[in-house]
Amino acid sequence: MAVMNMVQSINSALDIKLGEDNKVLSFGEDAGVEGGVFRVTEGLYQKYGEKRVFDTPLAESGIIGTAVGMCVSGLRPVAEIQFSGFVYPAFDQIISHVSRMHNRSRGKYRMSMVIRMPYGGGIKAIEHHSESMEALFAHIPGLKVVIPSTPYDAKGLLISAIEDDDPVVFMEPKRMYRAIKQEVPEDKYTIPIGKAKVVSQGTDITVVSFGAQMNESIKAVEIAKKAGMSVELIDLRTISPLDRETVAASIRKTGRLLSVTEGPGTFGVGAEMIALANEEAFLYLEAPPTRLAGFDTIVPLPKGEHLYYHTPERIFYEIKKLVEY
Amino acid sequence: MEIFRRATIAHLLEREKNVFKKYDPLKGEMLRIMDKDGKITNKEMMPELDDQQVIDAYKLIHYSRMVDLKAVSYQRQGRMYTYPPNLGQEASAVGVSTVMRDIDWIVPAYRELGAYLTKGATPKDIYLYWGGHEDGSRFPGAPNLLPIAVPIATQLLHAVGIAHGLKYQEKEGVVFGFIGDGGTSEGDFHEAMNFAAVWKVPVVFLCQNNQYAISLPTKKQTAVDWIAKKAVAYGMPGIRVDGNDFFSCYAAAKQAHEHAQSGNGPVFIEALTYRRGAHTTADDPTRYRTKEEEKAWEDKDPALRLKKYLIEKKLWSEEQETELLEKYNKEVEAQFLEFENYPKYKLEDVFQYMYTKMPSHLAKQKQQYEDFLAWKESQ
Repeated sequence: MAVMNMVQSINSALDIKLGEDNKVLSFGEDAGVEGGVFRVTEGLYQKYGEKRVFDTPLAESGIIGTAVGMCVSGLRPVAEIQFSGFVYPAFDQIISHVSRMHNRSRGKYRMSMVIRMPYGGGIKAIEHHSESMEALFAHIPGLKVVIPSTPYDAKGLLISAIEDDDPVVFMEPKRMYRAIKQEVPEDKYTIPIGKAKVVSQGTDITVVSFGAQMNESIKAVEIAKKAGMSVELIDLRTISPLDRETVAASIRKTGRLLSVTEGPGTFGVGAEMIALANEEAFLYLEAPPTRLAGFDTIVPLPKGEHLYYHTPERIFYEIKKLVEY
Repeated sequence: MEIFRRATIAHLLEREKNVFKKYDPLKGEMLRIMDKDGKITNKEMMPELDDQQVIDAYKLIHYSRMVDLKAVSYQRQGRMYTYPPNLGQEASAVGVSTVMRDIDWIVPAYRELGAYLTKGATPKDIYLYWGGHEDGSRFPGAPNLLPIAVPIATQLLHAVGIAHGLKYQEKEGVVFGFIGDGGTSEGDFHEAMNFAAVWKVPVVFLCQNNQYAISLPTKKQTAVDWIAKKAVAYGMPGIRVDGNDFFSCYAAAKQAHEHAQSGNGPVFIEALTYRRGAHTTADDPTRYRTKEEEKAWEDKDPALRLKKYLIEKKLWSEEQETELLEKYNKEVEAQFLEFENYPKYKLEDVFQYMYTKMPSHLAKQKQQYEDFLAWKESQ
């Protein structure tokens, strides 16, 4: 089996879908000839030609708005937004049309598109390149929001996203692009959207995370293990629609919940986790369901960003508080 | 040699007739073929249409107008919700209607009734939509018609995307994307014009410049006196036509259609017209327009001038008109009653189209509401 990082596994997913379905198109700013600023689409332009893989003018609303029309004409566009921090000009198209056209047309037009974008921080970037704004998308009815944390999951989830008939916002943790390598099949496989993954079993506390924070959470679980605590770690993988059943079953088992997310906490995914714990596992709780989220602040520029992101120690500190509550 | 000469002459004739080469917006040249008295003042550019086609176009203006006027009246009676009237600016939509084929697409803004009706939308669909039901956006009889787009200018990008899809799949078809004068200030207008020209896709942009965006006059919308001039900066042909003259609208739409279908990329048409009614039934134009101005444009009404033309050519009579309007009145009224008797909105309809398959959290929310209804019923 091949060993791949996330850049390579996403590239492999695109390669497979471009190869087997000529309705799939991949495009974005610098996503053609150059292969994208992170080289995620490297070689695809050369392999499939500029009808299938192409550069667009520098205009995010244009990229997503034309993707809407492509879906109407029966295609499966995979649109790349260069950084999630630049998706905002396309919000009108995403909120007003991508998420609504299927409902508006009573099922006549399917928005079978994927909107790919690198998100999140930790790469010492300039302003607008570090935010984790998944909650903005998860709050929009009609969208699906998928965030992989490993090369293996990224490939299987992206293939599922491209094959999905609903619009999928596919957020790629850019800090993880080249951070880890693992065995990834070169052939096609899928991972279902809407299913969380129990990464490690445990009995004392449920830790729920996704994306780049999974890596830190795994390290925190190791620390906790050494301290004699049994942590059940869940990777959400899909933010919307949420796999409520898997999370609820785990909380009912452990009685404790800590969510670990990167974006601003207030009104974020962590808040949704606490609501879920209340609604689905209230009588099982042994400690207040808790979120460890980003500050409700702007992500600091590189000199200050270490203060913003969770370290394994910080995550362990929260785990310990809850287990000893 | 003979063949060559004929080809050259044909080419020259074509050039002579090419409205985009002949009417340069930068030089202030607007295409007008018929004046407000129904006289053909520009014989050279008169398009080749047989009498029946012109009569059909005239009928369509009236059909569209019947649907439109009744919508306003039903709204006033409290039988429909807010509605944007088309009165006075029907010629450009009808011009497009006369040009388009089944394989062509219509991407509406929201004031192009004639085009939707020709494409296969029924008055019932129109009443359903403005009467507050999503089923009015389904248009079962019109596969190539997008729903009405409420957010201004966003729809033009969809037109470009559809055209790109057609080109990529090597399918024939031209996409007509509609917009108003106000919409040209939006960013998506710029992005759509730019993408269409760079990708060289078969789109015809049709801007109905009715001179007001709700209350804002065009001169406060843009510092350029003619919107058609903007096309030049995107590298596509642009033209301004008299938007109340059916023949000009048709001639420009016809040539734009040919241009786009032949692989030459997009075209921009500005149809200068006037919204005789309010922006919507919730608007009061007396706050921003004068009676004199309204009267002047009433005299330039597109139906009135085409009628004068037809009567002058002895193709139409007052008797025919009375008969036609009575017929339309009945037909449209029957359609409205179908709308009023449409099945009640179901809870299912709120949820079932959000995704292609209903996710469990929506099924749960629906169930919770049903539980509440069952409880209420039991009280």
